[in-house]
Amino acid sequence: MWAERTRTTIRSLGEILITLGVVLFLFCAYQLFYTNVVADEAMKSEVSDLHKQWAQPPAARSAKPAADPFDTADSQGRTGTAFAILHIPRLGDKSIPVLQGTTLDLLGRGVGHYKDSALPGQIGNFAVAGHRKTHGEPFRYLDEMRAGDLIVVETAQTWYTYREDRDPFIVEPTDLGVVAPVPNEPGVKPDQKLITLTTCNPWWASTQRMIVIGTLIAERPRAQGEPPALTVNAPKFQ
Amino acid sequence: MYAFLWRHLPGPVYVKLLVALAVAAVIVVLLFGWIFPWVEPLMPFSGNTVSQ
Repeated sequence: MWAERTRTTIRSLGEILITLGVVLFLFCAYQLFYTNVVADEAMKSEVSDLHKQWAQPPAARSAKPAADPFDTADSQGRTGTAFAILHIPRLGDKSIPVLQGTTLDLLGRGVGHYKDSALPGQIGNFAVAGHRKTHGEPFRYLDEMRAGDLIVVETAQTWYTYREDRDPFIVEPTDLGVVAPVPNEPGVKPDQKLITLTTCNPWWASTQRMIVIGTLIAERPRAQGEPPALTVNAPKFQ
Repeated sequence: MYAFLWRHLPGPVYVKLLVALAVAAVIVVLLFGWIFPWVEPLMPFSGNTVSQ
């Protein structure tokens, strides 16, 4: 009787442990595959929505409501709204939508624009955050970028081409200076047009942030087609 | 535990099997749709922004 009960208890304990193992395995599948599948779909639909929206005549676009300082011809400015597309030849030819805001739910649909930072092409710092791992991982290989690499931002009217100033570098997660209008000099009035990309480092731990900064080197009206950065063969990591 | 559940599922073996699979499927949907997204922010995988 006693032996019987002990056996049942041990067997149940084993079954519970196996169940936990299966759940953990499913969680890995969720993180490694499922979130990427969902995010890739979401990013593709954001990009195609933007292209559709930009293909409309400007009159139809400007008829939409405009309310806050972020409302420009390029965006409706509301949190969660995609307003630009990021192209980084070094990381492959993926089109990454840029959404307004950097909360985690938004980063599953693209990369997020720090709301207080400049807009693409403006004087100041156009700062963007993206996932290094899971949820489409747009910045997965950000460490492979090198000084001189080109970063293209596509908006309703313009292609902006930025050139990376220096190899990617690591900062503390609290280092707000990197997204300041003049990096590391908060409060100083900017006179340059910069871009900053932030993501987590290392993979899976996020104890630091990896940063890429660049400076605007060219602008090109959308009507003139893709800028040379995208059409000329660039060194590609993938 | 699973032997106990199996004994309490109704019907012949193939009905038991169908019910068991359906329950497992519902659990997986619950995990992927609600439980994992809830657990995820507690994991240190996605600190992408600089903040205070």
